Amino acid sequence: MTASNLPETDPELAPADTSAARLAEAPVAVTLERVNKWYGAFHVLRDVDLTVRRGERIVICGPSGSGKSTLIRCINRLEEHQAGRINVDGIELTNDLKRIDEIRREVGMVFQHFNLFPHLTVLENCTLAPIWVKKMPKAEAEAVAMRYLTRVKIPNQAHKYPGQLSGGQQQRVAIARSLCMSPKIMLFDEPTSALDPEMVKEVLDTMVGLADEGMTMLVVTHEMGFARQVADRVIFMDEGQIVEVNTPDAFFRAPRHERTKLFLSQILH
Amino acid sequence: MSAGPQALSLSFIRRETVPAAPPPVLVSGPLAWARANLFSGPGNTLLTLLALAILALAVPPLARFLVIDAVFTGANRDACRPDVVGHPVGACWAFVAQKINYFVYGSYPIEERWRANVFFGLAAVGIGWLLWLDAPRRGLGALYVFVIFPLAGYALLAGVPALGLAKVPTALWGGMLVTLVVSLVGIVASLPLGILLALGRRSQLPLVRLVCVIFIEFWRGVPLITVLFMANVMLPLFLPGDVTVDRLMRPLVGIALFSAAYMAEIVRGGLQAIPRGQTEGAASLGLSYWQSMRLVVLPQALRIVIPGIVNSFIALFKDTTLVSIVGIFDFIRTIESARVDPNWAAPTVVTTGYAFAALFYFVFCFGMSRYALYVERRLAAGQRR
Repeated sequence: MTASNLPETDPELAPADTSAARLAEAPVAVTLERVNKWYGAFHVLRDVDLTVRRGERIVICGPSGSGKSTLIRCINRLEEHQAGRINVDGIELTNDLKRIDEIRREVGMVFQHFNLFPHLTVLENCTLAPIWVKKMPKAEAEAVAMRYLTRVKIPNQAHKYPGQLSGGQQQRVAIARSLCMSPKIMLFDEPTSALDPEMVKEVLDTMVGLADEGMTMLVVTHEMGFARQVADRVIFMDEGQIVEVNTPDAFFRAPRHERTKLFLSQILH
Repeated sequence: MSAGPQALSLSFIRRETVPAAPPPVLVSGPLAWARANLFSGPGNTLLTLLALAILALAVPPLARFLVIDAVFTGANRDACRPDVVGHPVGACWAFVAQKINYFVYGSYPIEERWRANVFFGLAAVGIGWLLWLDAPRRGLGALYVFVIFPLAGYALLAGVPALGLAKVPTALWGGMLVTLVVSLVGIVASLPLGILLALGRRSQLPLVRLVCVIFIEFWRGVPLITVLFMANVMLPLFLPGDVTVDRLMRPLVGIALFSAAYMAEIVRGGLQAIPRGQTEGAASLGLSYWQSMRLVVLPQALRIVIPGIVNSFIALFKDTTLVSIVGIFDFIRTIESARVDPNWAAPTVVTTGYAFAALFYFVFCFGMSRYALYVERRLAAGQRR
């Protein structure tokens, strides 16, 4: 279903089995230990354990309502977990607002619906946080923003408002906006789900570029082509639990859990 | 190229593109406009004729009263008496001209009235600074309007003996001066207070939320006239005997809190229209709660509720007339007391006074309304969604 969106594969890219070697010595970026969360009486996350190493690219997939978005939203405290421990880049996530702010400065996030600020221009969207959170001088923030806007290939739209851009362009602005804070970890919450089919590729290309530079990425997506090309590990979730974790190659070739097999048979026609 | 009805074809391929063409030419001009807007059907035609008939009935007598038969100069009631001047008399503008200083300043001491004029000037500078959207240093302008101007204005009007400005008790303030002071205080205080209350009502902290809900519901549940009476009559009963609050200050605070409660609900409406993704986007970038409110949510929310805010300002401006009931000499009260002056006992003096009051309030309220429309249109043009 998603093969057409696959960016051209670079033959130089390391195959999945060498990524284990690459990541073995990498320091830990995120750890989740027996993380549990409830919405009222509904148990959304059940005993989730996960260790993400620096530079690792993880794709999380699963049926809707399986808790995959909730999981990554817990990492930057957009959602609060009620039991278990989350540690991001050495900072333990607690109710301490200072730590939450520290973590949010390290972790960038890209949303399904972009969440750009419609009353600000593209450039102002990108400079807002560096100026107010990092106290960067305006000229410097603008230079940084233009660099990232150039990288996502829309420097000429800098003075337009988000509402004047296409969905794909808006999502690339959202990625640039996150990068302006120089995060160490990037979270993607279904970044291509709200896009017209023609625009998925431009966003995925941007994400592949980011992965090539060694960014630590946790991506909730149904773009299996992207998972195959970029992921070090694919995580399959169902009913709030991690059901299966494997390298993309093994995950798609030989899924082991019945639930995974069913899911893959339904999305890969 | 296209398949005829007889040849059913399931396949089609485009070989030439259809160029974009201009729309068909429509009839334009004033006649076409009138036909489309005034006489588009029998019902509309009837309404147009009816409106014209009403105008024909209303405009000539109004013009005769306000302008044609009006008296513009004169020193006393004789100028406006038909039996003295020998022709029908319309509005007695001579009365307004003679009393204008009283209407503007009330009983403010004549030798100190320059202070009121300076106050008007300061107010005009502040309002112009804030309302002119392309003005330089608008942040400084906001500081001026919300902090410097209120303090300077109060010092100027009430007097600071140390600076050589004699004290003028508020009992002497009156006329348009008091009306403008009361409305400006209401407007300047109610917007920030209303925003804080609206944010508080949506707070995660139950105590803050509770306090804000009680405050808002209390002030919204009480008629303004009750608030004014309570401020004037009951408040002194609750305060220790040696504490007195200025008699102008009391209703002023009442009006400010009253309109803040309404403002809070208007602002809350705007806050609710902003999707949660906006605060999440701001939070994910590391902005604090106050930063995300100030930089992301409020600019969008307030923009949505500009019509409601202006509506509230207009209502507040007109409601200030109620302070006349608790003994404050506002503009309406000065007209009330001037119209019974035996020197000006003439048939049309009362009507003229009220017509002048109506004109005064209309100019301000209509101005606010037009300005709000202009702002809305400009913001809509700047940010096409």
